[in-house]
Amino acid sequence: MSSGEGAAGRLERLGHLLREFYEGRHRGALAREVRAEDDLFMLLVFSEMMGVPNPAGYYTLELLPILYEEFHEWHLRMGMEHSPLEHFRCC
Amino acid sequence: MNAILLMLVGLGAFILGYLFYSRYISERIFRLDPDFETPAHAQGDGVDFVPTNKWVLWGHHFTSVAGAAPIVGPAIAVIWGWVPAFLWVVFGTVFFAGVHDAGALWASVRNRGASIGALTESVVGARARSLFMIVIFLLLLMVNAVFAIIIAGLFVDVASSVIPAWFVIAVALAIGWLLYRRGVPLLWPSIIALVLLYGSMFVGAMVPVALPDQVLGLGAPALWVLLLFAYAAVASLLPVWMLLQPRDYINGLQLFVGLAIFFVAVLLSNPTVVAPAFNTGLPADVPPIVPLLFVTIACGAISGFHGLVASGTTSKQLDNERDVRFVGYLGSVGEGALALAAILACTAGFATVAEWEGFYTSFAAGGVSAFVQGGGAIIAGGLGLPLHFGETLLAVMAVLFSATTMDTGVRLQRYIIQEWGVIYGLPALTGRGLSTFLAVVACLALAFGAGGGAGTGGLVIWPLFGTTNQLLAALTLLVLSVFLMKLGRRTIFTLGPFVFLLFMTVFALLVQLAQFWRNGQYFLLAMDLLILVATIWVALESFRALGRARRERVTAS
Repeated sequence: MSSGEGAAGRLERLGHLLREFYEGRHRGALAREVRAEDDLFMLLVFSEMMGVPNPAGYYTLELLPILYEEFHEWHLRMGMEHSPLEHFRCC
Repeated sequence: MNAILLMLVGLGAFILGYLFYSRYISERIFRLDPDFETPAHAQGDGVDFVPTNKWVLWGHHFTSVAGAAPIVGPAIAVIWGWVPAFLWVVFGTVFFAGVHDAGALWASVRNRGASIGALTESVVGARARSLFMIVIFLLLLMVNAVFAIIIAGLFVDVASSVIPAWFVIAVALAIGWLLYRRGVPLLWPSIIALVLLYGSMFVGAMVPVALPDQVLGLGAPALWVLLLFAYAAVASLLPVWMLLQPRDYINGLQLFVGLAIFFVAVLLSNPTVVAPAFNTGLPADVPPIVPLLFVTIACGAISGFHGLVASGTTSKQLDNERDVRFVGYLGSVGEGALALAAILACTAGFATVAEWEGFYTSFAAGGVSAFVQGGGAIIAGGLGLPLHFGETLLAVMAVLFSATTMDTGVRLQRYIIQEWGVIYGLPALTGRGLSTFLAVVACLALAFGAGGGAGTGGLVIWPLFGTTNQLLAALTLLVLSVFLMKLGRRTIFTLGPFVFLLFMTVFALLVQLAQFWRNGQYFLLAMDLLILVATIWVALESFRALGRARRERVTAS
């Protein structure tokens, strides 16, 4: 019984070592890429809160013609006859 | 000479070196302190600075530094006979490489995990730092060109290696996908990947792939070189997790498996070293053994590249300062063992001296093909496998080493070019496309300029590559010596190898300069001159730095 557990434990430790061996060499490079993406995300999310206009706003304007029909269906589904947004009118 | 005896003497010397010499160096010179807080703890950030189990760290360090170079160097150098190559590998590993690798690691750990480049600036000076960058760029350029030529040669010589060598890319992509997209545990995919890799060697042997002899006026080797650089360019642009990481991993596993298979096969087949101890019937184009032996075998005896790895990534992950001895010194011992395997394959894998001489008809003729044929025969004889399987196994091993180095090499060159773009205000260079293109074009120019198109003369640049590598090692030893001198410790164990390397580097550069001039190889002549200038610069900077350190110590005491 105990030897069986020992074998399973050893196998698990081997798996752990392999995982370390797999990840260690490139951990820094990958973590840096993730961090760069996270930083951009934080900037986008928090910039408006701190009074910085969101640069992505300009680009989402261009998306409006494409989203228009979906937007119309959405506000109807949500139980609003007209667009709830003042600066963005619909029907 | 019995090959088992040679193997045991070599491995025994490494073990003694680790047990006694590395202990002396660690306790008396570096004075490793188990209570010292290493950068992995002091600056731990979960990104670069992460305390790591010493076995895992040794595995990383060893597989990062081991490549095709400790195979190619000894495989060429046995042309002077097996004794000189064997002695240089054994003495080099024990007294040069071990101290150099562990020293670079230790110096970095004691300086908040700084790289050797940064240490050069703070210990020697800013000029030396620029010099350092130039040497590294040249080294990368030569590594990529030489390895492309070597792989192309192997694909042409051992057509059965083509399928497994490319198939492993698919396996790597699959592992990367399983791990990151599906979160599958690693154990079974690793075992299946290895089984698939070795299985594909049998397929490769049944379906050898050969490119047409002539396409657009280019021969098969030239075509392979072009294809390989196209691959390297694409691979270096892919995200790390997708290809490079799983590829490095499989490569690491097959390195351990391959080395174990080879040493067991030597034990089982009990071959005899047929090559002469000292070759008296040297072909006409073989350069003089002194100094060329010491730059032909760089990796496997001492290599500056190790210092880059030790101080670049390994030092930031060291859990305890005591592990410097285990990770640093044993890392170079692993490399020495690989070089030893190459020597055995190239000297004991042949039935007769005549067969051996058939391979070593000129300086660049033997090399990797002798390693593949000789080693293949030993593996086939020892394990009762078909001969072509043994050859395919070793050819694939050499190809995988070279190819992963090319992936990384092109990537690093791109980083350097992008950095130049930032420094000199050239925005076009900072993008990934143009910088990769420039890196690849530079490598191709060198590969074809050195005769890689013909697939024969490519290894002419090998000694030049070794020279640059030794120059880097000398620079690292200098930094280490100055550092030790400032601490008031004995410097003879680092300064001795430094003086030896610097002398051999200059000597070899001069010998090769004359040779390139005679053969009208002006491209290589220019490279040689460039490296010579860098070397003289290193020498001058060293005298200044050493003199200053000595004065500081005198005033301090």
